Amino acid sequence: MPTHSEILNATPIAADAVVAQARSMFDQGYRLVTMSVVDLGDGNVDIFYHYDLNNEMTHFRLTHPKDKPVPSISPVYFAALLVENESRDHFNLQFDGLVLDFNRTLYLDEEITSTISAPFCKISTIQKKD
Amino acid sequence: MSRTIIPFGPQHPVLPEPLHLKLVVEDETIVEAIPALGYVHRGLETLASIRDYNQMVYIVERVCGICSCIHAMCYCQGLETMMNVEVPSRAKYLRVIWSELHRIHSHLLWLGLFADGFGFESLFMQFWKIRERVMDINEATAGNRVVISVNVVGGVRRDLDKTQQRWILDELDKLEKELRQLMKTMLDDYTVKKRTVGVGVLTAEQAIQLGAVGPTLRGSGVAQDARQLGYAAFDELDFEPVTSPEGDSWARSKVRFMETLQSMDIVRQAISRLPDTELAAKVPGKPTGEVVCRVEQPRGELLYYLKGNGSKNMERVRIRTPTFANIPPLLAMLPGAQLADVPIAALTIDPCISCTER
Repeated sequence: MPTHSEILNATPIAADAVVAQARSMFDQGYRLVTMSVVDLGDGNVDIFYHYDLNNEMTHFRLTHPKDKPVPSISPVYFAALLVENESRDHFNLQFDGLVLDFNRTLYLDEEITSTISAPFCKISTIQKKD
Repeated sequence: MSRTIIPFGPQHPVLPEPLHLKLVVEDETIVEAIPALGYVHRGLETLASIRDYNQMVYIVERVCGICSCIHAMCYCQGLETMMNVEVPSRAKYLRVIWSELHRIHSHLLWLGLFADGFGFESLFMQFWKIRERVMDINEATAGNRVVISVNVVGGVRRDLDKTQQRWILDELDKLEKELRQLMKTMLDDYTVKKRTVGVGVLTAEQAIQLGAVGPTLRGSGVAQDARQLGYAAFDELDFEPVTSPEGDSWARSKVRFMETLQSMDIVRQAISRLPDTELAAKVPGKPTGEVVCRVEQPRGELLYYLKGNGSKNMERVRIRTPTFANIPPLLAMLPGAQLADVPIAALTIDPCISCTER
């Protein structure tokens, strides 16, 4: 029974199965609702893939090292390009195979090239050069 | 033919939102549209880690300056699920009333902007004249026009007395009559249809594959609306998603026009069935666990992912707003369109960049 609010029950998924799973969901007519990223604080992130079919959601959880590239699902779901680029900006994640890679400038100005870690996942100040 | 890149926005291309598209054109035909964001990013999700979870109710209201109440409702409902709080029935109905009033004024705002977008100034003023009276209802019943702060975790902060209920019903009758007088002009006028019919077409299949939500999805004939999930008191109210199968700019404007009338009917239903209970339940403890919550904003489905760790701060608040979901469909609508049609097609996703960037 679809519900508007649910305790998250996400199926664990491995990194090398993410794209094949996305392809399977796409072929079954699922809509990609979005992805959510949570920094676990131990060098890993949880990446949730939220799919919807007729108002019923299905979730997958990928626990992944922050410093290793994540397979991009944007070749399957074009809509993923924004959220994957946003995750680059927010968490400094790398995505392999992004169809349109903003290279960490979806939100940041192209002139800002000096920040190594993601600026939006913590409270910090960035000095923009003149 | 040589290609040119034309910047569309961010300074007020057609609406006062910093929407920026890089349009690759051949002559006046769009070949590709590339979005550029970052003009109003405020880091609101990050604030959750340093603000008390109750304070976040007022912060999430600032995600969007138009549908603020619905953001707060979604956040509160997610926390109520996480903390196993049963919200009193009256609060659920009051949430419906205020959220539908928000949908009415948001759609009227959009209808006016859309009329302005194709140069119909008097129609723009007529829609906004009606909208102003809805804002008056918000102000009189909740103390403010847009950011009304009626939601708290566990229920609502304000009530509607009998006099206010009668006044709202009287006002809605007058507003519906005035709005219906504009229907023929908005949906049947020759000049309006010349600008909207066949512009920015999105098929149902494309809409689903590209993750479209709200009137953008329903304007392609897909009958999906998060209110069908029965949040607040929607499971006790009569409601069917408004759809239009054409998939063009005209269809999306028709969906919003008819939804405005539908929301008036939902408010009437909610007032007629308003139960007599408390306004809020006590909320024990601190939030722990992970929850996903969805509601229907005027622009479409809104999703909150919430993670609590037993402290007063949320560990993570992730917000997926409807415009964020509707940008990829917009990028698919534009190739092949004429440059002059870009403002019309872009407006029909009702872009809210404040929402998108948070």
